[in-house]
Amino acid sequence: MQIRFTPEDERFRQQVADWLAEHLAGEFAPIRFRGGPGDEHSFLDERKAWECRLASGGWTCIGWPEKWGGKNATIEQQVIFNEEYARAGGPGRVGHIGETLVGPTLLAFGSEAQCQQYLPEIKSGAALWCQGYSEPSAGSDLANVRTKAVFDEGAQQWRVSGQKVWTSLAHESHYVFVLARTDTASVGHRGLGFFLMAMDQPGITVRPIPQLTGTAEFNEVFFDDAICSAGDIVGLPGEGWQVAMGLLGFERGVSTLGQQMLFQTELDEIIRIAKENGAASDPHLRQRIAEAHIGLRTLRYNSLRMLSGGNDAGLGREAMIYKLSWSSWHRNLGKLAMDVLGPEAELIEAAPYELNRLQSLFLFSRADTIYGGTNQIQRNIIAERALGMPREARGTK
Amino acid sequence: MDFRFTDEQTMIFETAASFLAEVSGSADVRKNILTDAGFSDHAWQQVCESMYWQAILIPEAYGGLALGYVEAIGILEQMGERLFQSPYTTSAVLSTTLIERLGTDAQQERLFQSLLNGKIATVAYTTARPDWTVASLSVRAEETSESVVLQGECCFVAHAHRADIIIVAAMSSADTTSDDISCYWLESTAPGMSIEHTPSLDQTQPLGRISFDSVVIPAGQRLGGLGQAGSVFTDVLDLARIASAADLVGVAQRSLDMSVDYAKERVQFGRAIASFQSIKHKAADMMLKVESARSLLYYAACVADEWLAGRAASNALAEASAMVKVSAAEAAFFNAGTGIQIHGGVGITEEYDIQLYFKRARAGENYLGSPAIQREVIARQLLDLG
Repeated sequence: MQIRFTPEDERFRQQVADWLAEHLAGEFAPIRFRGGPGDEHSFLDERKAWECRLASGGWTCIGWPEKWGGKNATIEQQVIFNEEYARAGGPGRVGHIGETLVGPTLLAFGSEAQCQQYLPEIKSGAALWCQGYSEPSAGSDLANVRTKAVFDEGAQQWRVSGQKVWTSLAHESHYVFVLARTDTASVGHRGLGFFLMAMDQPGITVRPIPQLTGTAEFNEVFFDDAICSAGDIVGLPGEGWQVAMGLLGFERGVSTLGQQMLFQTELDEIIRIAKENGAASDPHLRQRIAEAHIGLRTLRYNSLRMLSGGNDAGLGREAMIYKLSWSSWHRNLGKLAMDVLGPEAELIEAAPYELNRLQSLFLFSRADTIYGGTNQIQRNIIAERALGMPREARGTK
Repeated sequence: MDFRFTDEQTMIFETAASFLAEVSGSADVRKNILTDAGFSDHAWQQVCESMYWQAILIPEAYGGLALGYVEAIGILEQMGERLFQSPYTTSAVLSTTLIERLGTDAQQERLFQSLLNGKIATVAYTTARPDWTVASLSVRAEETSESVVLQGECCFVAHAHRADIIIVAAMSSADTTSDDISCYWLESTAPGMSIEHTPSLDQTQPLGRISFDSVVIPAGQRLGGLGQAGSVFTDVLDLARIASAADLVGVAQRSLDMSVDYAKERVQFGRAIASFQSIKHKAADMMLKVESARSLLYYAACVADEWLAGRAASNALAEASAMVKVSAAEAAFFNAGTGIQIHGGVGITEEYDIQLYFKRARAGENYLGSPAIQREVIARQLLDLG
């Protein structure tokens, strides 16, 4: 066990830093430090262009195998890339769902043909993906999805109907992965399929959901006989749950480090303000700022433990606490931001409802402890899977 | 960068787990509480003869194993889990590192020989109301060319009444800036020194008070340069905080495990109370606390080894040490306290062990600086410097 990087790793670090210093400038200078959580709606066109620039330098999907355009980067290199990306002020990655969720899922569960069809476009930054999991009656109880997928033998196509909700950036995405019921008589996690679908088709309608921030990252997505080809199901009909859960496992990979770097810029901003406005001399706020710092460092070493354990979708103890841990930390950071700002926090930038970054953080971070499995669900998962406590009783409907 | 233990480290920890389970069961702990020493001489002898753990941080040149803090904290974690009663932290970690950092060749030769033979060393420095930094020094040293006169009193000295060797940090002038701090070692039998056991809330880790009433020792018993020990002493206290945090992670882990086991057995309303969400969520929060503290502990142990190798700066060590001390102390106290609640009525009885963990958790919170003091260390780095 040691925290030092090798000289080769340090050379890699320099290479990343040099490339970013050269390219994250000029036309891309305005998007530095932008597009993080709660700010995902900003500079979308510029960030899409940035994704392609990154790809042209070979800096997308570096953890993928070389066969699919990756660098087969080691965990250490991926850690370094994320660190340097954040240090340079790299903007929130619009391509992260494709790179960190869809790619690893197809590599683990998909066919060669699916990899050939979808991976190159993710790698080049051309295709953006969104996630079709939650439904109005399948939130915490994700296995209760009711969206149906029926195979049309004549057309050799799947026809999908139903409704998804809380779909981030659906209006900007080219593709969606959809968890849908292939066995219409089934209930729960059996009888599901995992589908890859194009967003631009008559059967799909996107409706934004205005949020408490006044912005709308989330959407409802309606499927009305939307189609995908016979080859666009990952795994077999009935195996969708396994694939869907495998994908969620990848959410706890190296991408967590990038997320933490964005958190760091938020904490730095709060510290800067505290030094400026006198909050830094308030003993109570000093304790809370220190606590925030400790919490963020904890997330980092939780991640490094998680990553050192291997780059698979397994669930170690430290992996299981990760969502509960970061979401609670980030929500507290939002409140800390308001308390450091003091009365000033009450005045927004402009009518009708233009918020500054910390106000957005404060409001939007309330979502963190809800999406991707609420804190209550996370605690159930920890208690049941890590501590072997009895499972929650299930209702009959 | 690798956050995994090596096979050799894993083997050391597995051996530690089975040894400690054997010598430090609940009955052993309770028996030791009633003895004068507060620990089992026999178990300590086994630690020093069979396990050779006192040698972990002693350099090879003096017969030690020259391993590092990663090995030490892994063993300390197991000790916390078993409430192991021994002067290990104060003797084999804190004193040993001070001797290694400050001692001359001859001093190291002599003192390490004693420690390897199972002698016990401890460190005395604090006043009765310490902030646990060098600002809390209470002993004055007047040095002439041949001898030193020590005057003052130190409290909260771990295992003081059974120590063979006392290392004391003293001020050499009236004001307590770290530039004027010197360290000395003494035999516990030195004339003029009186050592008293001060019974403590935590029954598993004895504390004592040492009075120095014009104690005269040869100047050759100074460890390090005159007035030059301040920065090393400060850094070694940070290492001791990491060691203390390791014990607390063990306390937190065992408090969780015992409480979950109890909840699985205890039946009310016709079902195990472990099936109630209110209990499950408490247990989940306990696991979150202990795993978070453990992640910081592994980081801090790596920083400690980097510091020993001269590759980490003092402020990086101070940051790591303060962070893990906060996190581990809070995990231990939260888990032991919540553990009592999960145990219900039996949690407050003498019979069940959770109360012993609760007391050790509280002692660990206090020892070497409370979470509030440690957070202020971080706050100064973030808000006052640079």
